[in-house]
Amino acid sequence: MNSDKPDDPRIDQANADAYWRANLKLVGVLLSIWFVVSFGFGILLVDVLNSISIGGVKLGFFFAQQGAIYVFVALIFVYMHQMNKLDRKFNVHED
Amino acid sequence: MDVQTWIYLAVGGTFALYIGIAIWARAGSTSDFYVAGGGVNPIANGMATAADWMSAASFISMAGLIAFLGYQASPYLMGWTGGYVLLALLLAPYLRKFGKFTVPEFIGDRFYSRTARLVAVLCLVVASVTYVIGQMKGVGVAFGRFLEVEFETGVMIGMGIVFFYAVLGGMKGITYTQIAQYCVLIFAYTVPAIFISIQLTGVPLPQLGLGASMADGSGLALLDKLDQTVTELGFAKYTEPNGSTLNTFMLTLSLMIGTAGLPHVIIRFFTVPKVSDARKSAGYALVFIAILYTTAPAVGAMARMNLMDTIQTGPVGEATANLEYEKRPDWFRNWEATGLLRFEDKNSDGRIQYYNDQNPEFTALAERFGWQGNEMVEIDRDIMVLANPEIADLPAWVIGLVAAGGLAAALSTAAGLLLAISSAISHDLLKRTFTPNISEKQELRAGRVAMAGAVIVAGYLGMNPPGFAAQVVALAFGLAASSIFPALMLGIFSKRVNDKGAIAGMLAGLLSTLFYIFVFKGWLFIPGTNWLPNTAEHWLLGIQPESFGAIGALINFTVAIVVSRMSAEPPAEIQRLVESIRVPRGVGAATS
Repeated sequence: MNSDKPDDPRIDQANADAYWRANLKLVGVLLSIWFVVSFGFGILLVDVLNSISIGGVKLGFFFAQQGAIYVFVALIFVYMHQMNKLDRKFNVHED
Repeated sequence: MDVQTWIYLAVGGTFALYIGIAIWARAGSTSDFYVAGGGVNPIANGMATAADWMSAASFISMAGLIAFLGYQASPYLMGWTGGYVLLALLLAPYLRKFGKFTVPEFIGDRFYSRTARLVAVLCLVVASVTYVIGQMKGVGVAFGRFLEVEFETGVMIGMGIVFFYAVLGGMKGITYTQIAQYCVLIFAYTVPAIFISIQLTGVPLPQLGLGASMADGSGLALLDKLDQTVTELGFAKYTEPNGSTLNTFMLTLSLMIGTAGLPHVIIRFFTVPKVSDARKSAGYALVFIAILYTTAPAVGAMARMNLMDTIQTGPVGEATANLEYEKRPDWFRNWEATGLLRFEDKNSDGRIQYYNDQNPEFTALAERFGWQGNEMVEIDRDIMVLANPEIADLPAWVIGLVAAGGLAAALSTAAGLLLAISSAISHDLLKRTFTPNISEKQELRAGRVAMAGAVIVAGYLGMNPPGFAAQVVALAFGLAASSIFPALMLGIFSKRVNDKGAIAGMLAGLLSTLFYIFVFKGWLFIPGTNWLPNTAEHWLLGIQPESFGAIGALINFTVAIVVSRMSAEPPAEIQRLVESIRVPRGVGAATS
């Protein structure tokens, strides 16, 4: 592991900027999924999806009352996992 | 043992537990008092956050709302969980890295402005006080119902308990009692749900029971049967939308943004040791919340099914297919005694007709049956969860458990809100604004006094609720969404937004949202002072006042960015501060 203060501050800055861009990209992807499962499947497309039934539940209704919540949980854990990886890749992790 | 003994046992036992925890977890420093010393395990904090977040409304009211609104209740389910995604991805890790005690502190420091800090304190106090009154009222109602004491006595007992552990332990005492309260409330919520799911569908897991077939031999899926039953009586289809899509969309978005901006939830993430812990903690918080939130739709649908089946015992229109009033079950009689369930024999046939008499098509048909209006003139939605164990004929100890669970939900949320209020007063107003020279000991004492004052004010307002007490969703979520969330997000994601932009944005978001709410609900919620009737045809584009928070947030974002562009950029040290909160390394324990 490198020391906390590299010799050249410009490299440090470039690294921090690259880390931030990678972070924004990840957040963008995850929030798109967040939007699609709740506002998309649960609200805007609910009538279309309600024409499909899986195991006794209409799909649109399922996303609005159950499915979106399961995806939300998964999104936060994916975020946590990916960010921990990014932290190490860009050498900005704690400890 | 009878029901009353079980209730005393469950409530008394859990209260003794909370007091024991309070004595063990006393606060010795301001860090203990504000952020529980900053060393809370992220999974434990997730559990405490879940109890902090899930209030009397989540525990008691939500399933009832779902039972009667069906699909239309979905914004509450998605909104109150989806907000955690925003919190986890956009706020919690950065605010943890910033490493201070309160939410207004971040806004004040990042926007290098005392005015910004004070605006944030004002929003926090109004949102939290509104919220806490509802909890105190919930405590009073639960005590009144279950322990058969006066409403005021109930509020007093609740205040006494919260006073004890919140004043003594601050965030530290609150955190550990919240963990215990989560265990009590989740157990109390899921046990009856499992029993009812088995009775109706044979599937023990309520989440799966919701999609299963009825165990009555009809072979119909529960939700299909429910759709059929309710439409046969003129009600809207349970699983399909029947309102404005735009309003549903905006309500969901407002609740999400509001959830992410509520200070009493945000400060919970200041208690974990590291930035990566804040991320993890948000994930676990949502897991613990989701256990209740994915059970609630099953509880709602099954409670509605049981209610309909109890009253309409055979084919609609057959004279003998409606329940005879004299043969009504015991739970029906019990709840009638409270006035929350009321029957009126409009056609004097001694039988109960429960149908939608607002539906002209069905009313015409009903007249041919000799029905003269819906005879269930009052069904309070809140009784669904509380009456569930009785409707399903569950053992007496389950009823005792539900009483303890409802109280745990209300008390844990009240304590979290009271801490947010008292830390804003003792830390943001006293230490950081008006009396910066006080010692840590003096500040800790000030924190305890502020907490004691907040408990007393909350208790008083719980007993004498002002007009705005019932407007928790509109006011608290509206303020959090339109003022606090955008300021926090811009403070992290933009280096360019400056003091003037942030203040102008917060005020624009706050005032536009308040204006929209007051136009329909009365100025300061005084009845009769509203400019327009609070009905769909008068709402702007069909958007109800509760859904306006997202638009207020949009106004805030726009104003803040435009005003910042037109004025000087923030000083270099502030830009460095923003850069430093964007990387996890170098985190310290939260300090003043």
